[in-house]
Amino acid sequence: MLVHLPILQVIVPLIAAPACLILRRPKLVWLFALFASSLAFIISILLLQQVMTAGTISYELGGWSPPWGIEYRIDKLNAFIALIISGISTVVLLAAQTSIEKEIPKDKQPLFYILYLLSLSGMLGIVTTGDAFNVFVFLEISSLSAYSLIALGKDRRALWASFQYLIMGTIGATFILIGIGLMYQMTGTLNMADLAVRLPEVAETRTITTAYVFFIVGVCLKLALFPLHFWLPNAYAYAPSIVTAFFAATSTKVAAYLLIRFTFSIFGISFSFTTLPIETMFLVMGLLGIFIASTVAIYQDNIKHVFAYSSVAQVGYMIVGFSLSTPAGLTAMLLHMFNHALMKGALFMALVAIMYRVGSSKINDLQGLGRQMPLTVAAIVVGGLSLIGVPLTVGFVSKWYLVVAAIEKGWWWLAGLVLLGSLLAVIYVWRIVETAYFKAPILGQQPVKEAPMAILVPVWLLVSANVYFGIDTRFSVEIAASAAKSLFGVAQ
Amino acid sequence: MTMILGLYNYWVVIVLMMIGFYIIIAHGHLIKKIIGLNIFQTSVFIFYISVGKVEGATAPIWQEGIILYSNPLPHVLILTAIVVGIATTALGLALIIRIKEAYGVIDEDEIQAMDNQAMVNQDKEHQ
Amino acid sequence: MIFSLETLLQLCILLPIFATLFIVAFRRHPNLREAVSLATSLCVFYAVVTIYLGLDAGETIAVHWLQVLPGLSLSFSVEPLGMIFALIASFLWFVTIIYSIGYMRGHNEDHQTRFFCCFAIAIGSVMGVAFADNLFTLFIFYEVLTLSTYPLVTHAGTDAAKKGGRVYLGILLSTSVAFFLFAILGTWVIAGTLDFTQGGVFPVDANTTLLGIILVLFIFGIGKAAIMPFHRWLPAAMVAPTPVSALLHAVAVVKAGVFTVMKVGMFIFGLDLLIVLPTTQFLLYLAGASVLLASFVAMRQDNLKARLAYSTVSQLGYITIGVLLATSSGVIASSMNIAMHAFGKITLFFCAGAILVAAHKSNISEMRGLGRQMPFTMVAFFIGSLSIIGLPPTGGTWSKWYLLMATLETDQLIIMVILMLSSLLNIAYLMPIPFHAFFSISPAKNEHGVATAKVQIKEAPTASLIAIGIAALGCLVLFIYPNPLYELASAILEPQQSTHGN
Repeated sequence: MLVHLPILQVIVPLIAAPACLILRRPKLVWLFALFASSLAFIISILLLQQVMTAGTISYELGGWSPPWGIEYRIDKLNAFIALIISGISTVVLLAAQTSIEKEIPKDKQPLFYILYLLSLSGMLGIVTTGDAFNVFVFLEISSLSAYSLIALGKDRRALWASFQYLIMGTIGATFILIGIGLMYQMTGTLNMADLAVRLPEVAETRTITTAYVFFIVGVCLKLALFPLHFWLPNAYAYAPSIVTAFFAATSTKVAAYLLIRFTFSIFGISFSFTTLPIETMFLVMGLLGIFIASTVAIYQDNIKHVFAYSSVAQVGYMIVGFSLSTPAGLTAMLLHMFNHALMKGALFMALVAIMYRVGSSKINDLQGLGRQMPLTVAAIVVGGLSLIGVPLTVGFVSKWYLVVAAIEKGWWWLAGLVLLGSLLAVIYVWRIVETAYFKAPILGQQPVKEAPMAILVPVWLLVSANVYFGIDTRFSVEIAASAAKSLFGVAQ
Repeated sequence: MTMILGLYNYWVVIVLMMIGFYIIIAHGHLIKKIIGLNIFQTSVFIFYISVGKVEGATAPIWQEGIILYSNPLPHVLILTAIVVGIATTALGLALIIRIKEAYGVIDEDEIQAMDNQAMVNQDKEHQ
Repeated sequence: MIFSLETLLQLCILLPIFATLFIVAFRRHPNLREAVSLATSLCVFYAVVTIYLGLDAGETIAVHWLQVLPGLSLSFSVEPLGMIFALIASFLWFVTIIYSIGYMRGHNEDHQTRFFCCFAIAIGSVMGVAFADNLFTLFIFYEVLTLSTYPLVTHAGTDAAKKGGRVYLGILLSTSVAFFLFAILGTWVIAGTLDFTQGGVFPVDANTTLLGIILVLFIFGIGKAAIMPFHRWLPAAMVAPTPVSALLHAVAVVKAGVFTVMKVGMFIFGLDLLIVLPTTQFLLYLAGASVLLASFVAMRQDNLKARLAYSTVSQLGYITIGVLLATSSGVIASSMNIAMHAFGKITLFFCAGAILVAAHKSNISEMRGLGRQMPFTMVAFFIGSLSIIGLPPTGGTWSKWYLLMATLETDQLIIMVILMLSSLLNIAYLMPIPFHAFFSISPAKNEHGVATAKVQIKEAPTASLIAIGIAALGCLVLFIYPNPLYELASAILEPQQSTHGN
């Protein structure tokens, strides 16, 4: 059984998805989906354990040995990411049943869970597979279900946001497909490990450069890297809140994973960072993303928009870490992927609670909420502090590593800019806090109650994770550092 | 000359791709956008399929006396990609139907204008 | 004694934070709630005194909590400078609690529970700052202090208060993140450690230009030390209720700032390094300018609290100068001034609050002739002023004395002139207040006739008067009996001087 864990990681949610149809009753479906997701979570924990102790796992699908058959290859990097995805997915699902009661009509609720599980298995598939073409297939599985999930939003703008995402997402995926095709053309293989071996022979050709560029652009579209982020804010703002919580915490991580995997493991650092000036390009785009998206976030009226733009900015931090092209920078990026999942998970889950009670996520509707929903607003405060990077939260840990990495490289100016960027976060977070605590409730508005336990529990699970992993960093730092080191070690 | 004739399949791919891309960007009509997307994807399919062709080789069906076969793998891959493409198209069209129900129009600019108008109205309500 | 000194050390930080639970629990019973605050403050003070006695006996006291990142830990230890700060803060907390019970009730303030809660957290974090064993721990408590005092500043909930709060939080957070944290990170990368070490942590061959820049970042980043141009938060924070201004902006917050500056100067850079850095001289003059300019601005303020706020900005400059002079008498002067200014300024703030509660006056021009109605308050104000100026028979004399000695030792004649000038200015902006209170006629008498002048102006509530009395007495006692303080202050440098000999 343990041998088959790599494929079970993907198969469990994939099979569970259509099985939901048999159960029909929303509550049952919810329990079943929760069960499937927890199972995936447990599998990812086991896999991570195995990888950390015994090293990389290679699983041959159907017994066909690579490079002919499809290989699932689990190393520290993807075990880590899979853990983030399945963990967040499970915690978010805890609140799903309560939340969608108010946001999705009853007859569509089972379908919601199906799409959710499909999306989950798509993401896990992208992460675990060791086959380049498989990446494309899973990418489309997760994307198609994502488009549908977003379109489930109550507001009609959700439809339009979903359509825009569909166009952008498909273009991105097709670009990735072109990249993979060109690579296959030059090397005759789709297995990632095999590609890594064969690519250096042909690295000097224009075709490979083209392949890389197509691939990078496609991934950056999915990653919502500034300036390719236009689909993201509306998609996050108008999707059902629970969907936003799930995607905000996970989907950009998957794209970031692809970027790392292809750049470091497949193309190799010597190709990626010397042949092309991508360091500079990523550095500039990352910094622009941090500053522009944070500034835009300050001027938003809808909290979901605020945090969506903040996500674009946070992707900027990850990319800055990436562009340092040192093990320390990559560690910072990986740490921030983990930490950002926790922060945004907590923040968007708190918004789920607010949507449940208030029915709106406009900043102005938050007035006086600090007294009416103390626990929910407190969660936003802690999550916000984490986003700013206050010590003893996870945000501080990632900022710390990123800045130290920049200084170690001798880029003091970059260290300064990164810290300045977090000041912008202070402003947009503080606007929300001030409205919730220091503005009197709007006259004539019904006072609301604290959110139900079903939502509060997952919210505070994520909030406490923010604090716990901000204090006890051994787990995240150790994995991120060793994954980064092995990525650099392999490529050198 | 060999640049053009020898690599003609790539030229076809590029031209198709650009046509598709142009339609996606330039046309406001949502169905036209989906068609553009289809052309765009199809160009990539053609690219894959043409790459698998080996000159002077036959279809990859085992037969006595034939030693040179075309590469079947890209075809298989593209079969998957086509399925994905159909799913995308179906989803896109379904979304368009819903958009038509919700907005009453299926033109990008008009939808955008209606959204902006809604935003402005909401602000006024607040004031 | 039941507890070990290590336990007491942790209790100093944790007790106030736990006390908030009880304060919230007793929110419907104001008497019990205040009893909790009082009892906690007494316990903390007792704990600090016990630690002080233990330190005197030569024990080393250190506690390690946990390690956040490799090399970055939350840990605490006791050394003389932190001792001074902790002693003053815990003692004055006790006094302020007495005072604020009178003030808050006399003034019928809302949200008193929130007030006492945040107050307690703030003191807990001050203790954390005082006993921090490394820069990281200090930084954390420094930020907690900022965040916990924000609700105190915006206490009134009015637009002015919110605006003040925004400036307060804005400047303190942004300087601490953009400069202070940056400087800490720089230190970490260059030195590889953030532990406070006698004589500094930087390797001998480190680039002095870079270190000079880091020093500038530290001085600017520690916004709580209110060196111009990052002093705006201090006057802005004066929208807070007076006890808050008194404790936090005469003792806890601003002193946490200069305390951090001293710690950084002595235990991160080390005095020997401080002298040779290229930016020290620049920072000295900047601090000097801050001293002078703030004094000038203070003269022009009619609002009593605003005048006191600018006076604080100026006095904080003294302390920074003391460190940057990098001699033993400078350090002694600075650490003594932390105590002297705390007592002097808290007296003044208490008096300002008493005048506000009893006479509803906050402008200096309205205070003529007030001495007759509130003689006790005004005498205390006079004593406090003397201490700030640095005249006998008050404690302020000593710190000024050592500071001038230090400027002479280092031949910083310009700085000396600045200090002298500033003392004159101090007289000019502080002395007229008690003078007019006693020797001028109330203006109201002239304008509205006798009847209005005799509006029932009485002394402030008894609780507040007791607090004022204690604080003013403190100023006097410190003149006659400065020895323990002096010993502590000179103990800061002792191990360092021994390394000098090596």
